[in-house]
Amino acid sequence: MFAPAPFLLKNTSVSQVMTQVCIALIPAIAAYAWLVGPAILVQLVIATFTALLAEAVMLYLQRKPLALFLPDGSAIVTAWLIALTFPPLAPWWLIVVGTFFAIVVAKHLYGGLGQNPFNPAMVAFAVCIVSFPALMSQWPNVGLQASLTEQINIILGFSPRVDALSGATPLDAMKTALKLGDGGVDIAQLLANQDIYGNFAGRGWEWVAAAYLLGGLWMWQRKLITWHIPFAYIASIVLISGALWLYNPAQFANPLFHLFSGGTMLGAFFIATDPVSGCTTPRGKLIFAAGAGLLTYIIRVFGGYPDGVAFAILLMNLCAPVIDLLTQPPIFGMKDEA
Amino acid sequence: MLMNLFKFKGGVKPPTNKTQSLTLPIAQAPLPSRLIVPLHQSIGGTPRPVVQAGDKVLKGQLIGKADGWISAAVHAPTSGTVLEVAMHVQPHPSGLDALCVVIEPDGKDEWIIHGPLDYAAMTPEAVREHLQQSGVVGLGGAVFPTHGKLTASKTVPMDELVINGAECEPFITCDDLLMRERAEEVVRGIGIFRDLLQPKKVLIGIEDNKPEAAAAMRAAVDALNEPFLVVQVPTLYPAGGAKQLIRVLTGKEVPAAKRSTDLGVQCFNVATAYTAWRAIAYGEPVVSRLVTLSGNVHAPRNYEVLIGTPMGELLKLAAPHPDTDGIVMGGPMMGFLVPNEQVPVVKATNCLIAHSDRVFPPKAPEMPCIRCGACAEACPHELQPFELYWFSRAKNFGKTQEYHIFDCIECGCCSFVCPSRIPLVQYFRFAKSEIWAREREKNAADGAKTRFEFKQLRDEREKAEKAEKLVKVAAAQAAKKAAEAAAAAAAESGAEAVETVAAPITAVDAEKEAKKATIAAAMARAKAQRDAAPARNTAAVTIEQQHAIDDIEARRAVLEPAPQTSAAPPAEKAE
Repeated sequence: MFAPAPFLLKNTSVSQVMTQVCIALIPAIAAYAWLVGPAILVQLVIATFTALLAEAVMLYLQRKPLALFLPDGSAIVTAWLIALTFPPLAPWWLIVVGTFFAIVVAKHLYGGLGQNPFNPAMVAFAVCIVSFPALMSQWPNVGLQASLTEQINIILGFSPRVDALSGATPLDAMKTALKLGDGGVDIAQLLANQDIYGNFAGRGWEWVAAAYLLGGLWMWQRKLITWHIPFAYIASIVLISGALWLYNPAQFANPLFHLFSGGTMLGAFFIATDPVSGCTTPRGKLIFAAGAGLLTYIIRVFGGYPDGVAFAILLMNLCAPVIDLLTQPPIFGMKDEA
Repeated sequence: MLMNLFKFKGGVKPPTNKTQSLTLPIAQAPLPSRLIVPLHQSIGGTPRPVVQAGDKVLKGQLIGKADGWISAAVHAPTSGTVLEVAMHVQPHPSGLDALCVVIEPDGKDEWIIHGPLDYAAMTPEAVREHLQQSGVVGLGGAVFPTHGKLTASKTVPMDELVINGAECEPFITCDDLLMRERAEEVVRGIGIFRDLLQPKKVLIGIEDNKPEAAAAMRAAVDALNEPFLVVQVPTLYPAGGAKQLIRVLTGKEVPAAKRSTDLGVQCFNVATAYTAWRAIAYGEPVVSRLVTLSGNVHAPRNYEVLIGTPMGELLKLAAPHPDTDGIVMGGPMMGFLVPNEQVPVVKATNCLIAHSDRVFPPKAPEMPCIRCGACAEACPHELQPFELYWFSRAKNFGKTQEYHIFDCIECGCCSFVCPSRIPLVQYFRFAKSEIWAREREKNAADGAKTRFEFKQLRDEREKAEKAEKLVKVAAAQAAKKAAEAAAAAAAESGAEAVETVAAPITAVDAEKEAKKATIAAAMARAKAQRDAAPARNTAAVTIEQQHAIDDIEARRAVLEPAPQTSAAPPAEKAE
């Protein structure tokens, strides 16, 4: 007849949590749209619709109540993270494939909300970069002078994909230049002379990264996330990049560059902090995020992919259950024994 | 009072809802139409009824005798006639029946002869005994017999005596008003506890949302010239949990596996101190307590209520709104809906809240856990509730124990903060009760196994004895035959033959005697074990059954007076 105690509950819900994550992403989306181009907004819309449709179909097939689960907002968070990690001018079907795979395979085939061992958005990124490496590596050139209509036409395939419109990311460009230069290229020169670099990282992108940082700090202040994961992730990248930079500043970029390039800030605050696929104990979070940071750096600097965030986090997702098991904190009254 | 306070991790801040019931002073609830007084009102043994239907009782007269040391006596809350001693529904979420003495008040509220005790002349043992006989139990809600907590550890010095006036649960204000209006008696009661435990310090913890209570207590402490410290602790649920308050005031953390006295600290509720003082200074047993009436009512207020008052009748005093659809006993965080309106107020009843959707909005449907960790942040015992949830759900009870499920105090903080609206505490209660049930089953099975093995052993032994007897008979016959043959044959070789046959017979006899002694010892041990472990199914019996049991016991005592005493000494040695 009645629900049991406690009879009073805090005003909170899954959809409130997810809504706040979306709100925290808005500064970065605004910066992205302003500095890189409005195409991101189109991709966000495509991803959101795909995610909700896939979610609805999967819920229906599992006979789960749509009215309860569809508005929980988890699919929208996944969709937005996918849109923000894919190239903004990628053809529409690429983000549809990625989102569909994330929701259907990475989320619902593993049991749905709260059950996925891997971060769905990162699964989407990994699947697409392995399957469509060329399309996933085409990023708009700096100073892209194309109207929203032109960009939509490119995304929807009505306009040809002009090569001039697309290039490598600042991270990828640096790696390629260093490789081609074979030791004869100096990073300081690259940063100073190449047009794609701004004040301390990629032109434009550095401010998008700063906006992720801003949104992330807001989530921390709202207690949606704890400090452990962003701190350990950023600290481990700073440590390894700093060490190698001190060792050879001509061949290794400085820590600031790494923090504000690629997906570091997005990964630190929005992806590694996913509690479903990550660690949950305080010490576990530190280990998980430090490992993810280290792997991110290794993959992006020494590996073959433009950035390492997705693979680093997926690899650490694999380790999360064991890390949690081994890092159970001592409980009230038992701290001496631990 | 500057003192260094400690913090406990976790905790939540639900809306306190205390002001409603604080506007008026404590009022005396009128005599109800009848009183249903459960005999089992404390942790420990169920008191035995000492009255029967038709008996006239006086207020304060013993109606239930404490059963064992951890048990507390029960008394008639008013004068009147015992209508029946029968099973009635208890104020417990299970809705189980238990033995109650039902009294029809005569309206005179006439006390049994009682008076102050000569406290100064009493030994500590006599004080404890008297508190037990007066039915003094922990009125904070745990109802542990108070006298059982008034013995300091022999090895650990008693550092702090913590007095709990925190009252952290929303809605409840009975301790607040008790401290405001009867601070002096509370402080005198604390003095008794201090005398018995001899702590180095006495700390009275009161949440800082009760400044009037703290001021009243301070004034009383000063007036009585006691060295007690009244400490205002931050308002944070569950600061009033004994373990949390001990942590805040002393920095000590008492785990589930330890007793607080092992850490040199003991904790009592302010209302318990008050009743202890009444018992010593006036000779009054616990027959009433303060109850907050609040929630969906017109006139929330605190009442002095007789134990046994039907809850529905009591709640009418506060004029519940027509949409009231249930009564919550306790606070909104740890309370429960009582099975019906007839269930009586007991010593654990600190608050009744009229339930309605307006006061407690219906909960949103449960969603899957997203492992957000909000529960772990809120848990005052620093558990990982979401992990416990997965294991409880999967009925992986071994794992729940590894993750310390028995350290969970069921405070409800995890459920309170869960965005997925998972009734986490219910999952933990389920897991705990399953573990207990399995433990009982295992013990029962172990008992059966032991009994079976003993029976097998006995059967084998009897078989062996039979065989031996046959051998002996055969040997005797053979000996007889041999003797006859020898006698018949010749006189010169006769003596030798008899000797050779007689020797084995005596050897067999000695062996048999030894075996007999072992058997007797084993049987004595088994009997002693049976005697030592009293049958547990007599915990809740009706008065008729109790009489029948008593009769049988009496007959038994007449029939076999000796064996029980003679069997006991070897059993003690055996252990």
